[in-house]
Amino acid sequence: MPRAKPKAVGSSLAKAPTGIQGLDEVTGGGLPKGRVTLVCGSAGCGKSLLAMEFLVHGAVRYGEPGVCMDFEETEAKLAANVASLGFDLRELTKRKKLLVDYVSVERDRIAETGEYNLEGLFIRLGHAVKTIKAKRVVLDSIEALFSGLTDSTILRAELRRLFHWLEDHKLTAVVTGEAGEHTLTRHGLEEYIADCVIALDHRVTEQISTRRLRIVKYRGTSHGTDEYPFLIDREGISVVPLTSLALAHKALTDRVSTGIPALDEMMEGKGFFRGSSVLVSGTAGTGKSSLAANFASAACARGEDCLYFAFEESPSQILRNMRSVGIHLERWAKKRLLHFHAMRPTSTGLEGHLAAIHKLIAKLRPRVVVIDPITNLVSAAGTYDVKSMLMRLVDFLKVEQITSMFTNLTFAGDPQERTAAAVSSLMDTWIVLRDSKPNGRRRRELYVLKSRGMAHSREPRELVVSERGLELGIVLTDQRPATTVAGSGAVAAAK
Amino acid sequence: MKKSSARKRRPAKSTGSDFWRLRLYIAGQTPNSIAAIDNLKKICEDKLRGKYRIEVVDLLEKPQLAKGDQIIAIPTLVRRLPPPVKKIIGNLSKTESVIVGLDLQPVR
Repeated sequence: MPRAKPKAVGSSLAKAPTGIQGLDEVTGGGLPKGRVTLVCGSAGCGKSLLAMEFLVHGAVRYGEPGVCMDFEETEAKLAANVASLGFDLRELTKRKKLLVDYVSVERDRIAETGEYNLEGLFIRLGHAVKTIKAKRVVLDSIEALFSGLTDSTILRAELRRLFHWLEDHKLTAVVTGEAGEHTLTRHGLEEYIADCVIALDHRVTEQISTRRLRIVKYRGTSHGTDEYPFLIDREGISVVPLTSLALAHKALTDRVSTGIPALDEMMEGKGFFRGSSVLVSGTAGTGKSSLAANFASAACARGEDCLYFAFEESPSQILRNMRSVGIHLERWAKKRLLHFHAMRPTSTGLEGHLAAIHKLIAKLRPRVVVIDPITNLVSAAGTYDVKSMLMRLVDFLKVEQITSMFTNLTFAGDPQERTAAAVSSLMDTWIVLRDSKPNGRRRRELYVLKSRGMAHSREPRELVVSERGLELGIVLTDQRPATTVAGSGAVAAAK
Repeated sequence: MKKSSARKRRPAKSTGSDFWRLRLYIAGQTPNSIAAIDNLKKICEDKLRGKYRIEVVDLLEKPQLAKGDQIIAIPTLVRRLPPPVKKIIGNLSKTESVIVGLDLQPVR
């Protein structure tokens, strides 16, 4: 039997897009066209969904009809699953874009009495492919055959023949397989599939679930070996493509206002660099959210779209609170310039948040993003995870040239709060807010601890929050150096 | 092949319902298909003489029929009558397994 190897050289670059957000980026355009891809993972990891999306998107968007040989679910059940993603399987079937064949393998009703092969399966598949002129095929999950048929020698030989058959007919196929204990799939399907293997994973740690996708192998295509977080929601799967960590984004020179003229003044009179990342840290009640809301409001006033991720308060709470300090956000929300997205930090894992944030940004394409606060995300993961997640996020925002502001709650008496220290190195600008009580009068202070690429003021100013909004007071001639909150002074000095 | 049918056992009497309808799925005239047809005829003549009917379906000619009986393997023998429906796969060379699989045991 001739191996398909030599063919791979010439045709290795043709791709069949999956239409799954992020996956096509990660794979450089999709799955290998005319080849078999194995998608494996444990039960409930989303492999059937991935396969079905590949098929449905292929039929709807890319004009490639598809056949699904389903060994697990009946046509009716599958139709219900697909409907939950907003696709009408019956309609697609009627229009000959899709054909589902439910293959039932019942061990107790099949007796084996001598030699056989799986020609019946080939004929069914061939017939289905011919009927709708299919270009794509899904076999989900072909491992069911192993539970129905006892002669694994025949079975293995036939599977090999089946995969060759698919390639000979130039079909782009997705085969799913259940994860084994020490192998990618329980029955070693990966041995037969040379071109592309994708592993899905679903972990639950501290009652929070995270889903990840890894490209185990992809012949002829360079691919990251990273695990990519992915999300399953009403629109199906979306993979976070983690832009390359090559630090290749373009640094912009135009500036955006901070929302407070006096603060702009402290930064060469122009404010932040567009596309830069800003950290605002401070203890409770120092005005972090107000500063962020003010920044968002200023962006909207310039006519720019702003996406506001709230991890602590509901949007209506934010609107009310900000109104009390003279920041009127309703008008921007009404004009659809300001978009809120409120989530409980513990509602999903860090990857889940990253995926959701990523997806929303890709959808709305804002110029400004506020994340208020990142501190709460820490409750959903360890510091290291937060840093690596933020690194991915910050990188993504920079590539998209989005100016971003992150607020971070620090705790009095714990100036070297770990998150701030870990995160600050990723940030271009770090604004510190703090409480002080000179002469018994409590006041808020603000200073710019660092701001890359500009000559900024380092003097602390009073931050006045009133019903008229945010203003900066006079330069404070405080004797004490500003180290109370900026615990990681080394970072600042190294700027 | 004659081994088991040559045993001194009385041929099966009726197992209640009297007529046997068997359908054999093949795909072209392959050695296994031909063997299955021959083996089946022998067993039926031996055990069910006069009260059976074999229908051979060649899926190369009628591929659309494969779905209805959930055919995966070739050859597959389906006992359509008497109920319940039973399926046997293989070239039917293991006569004992065929007899067990079709429930052709003699009535005691």
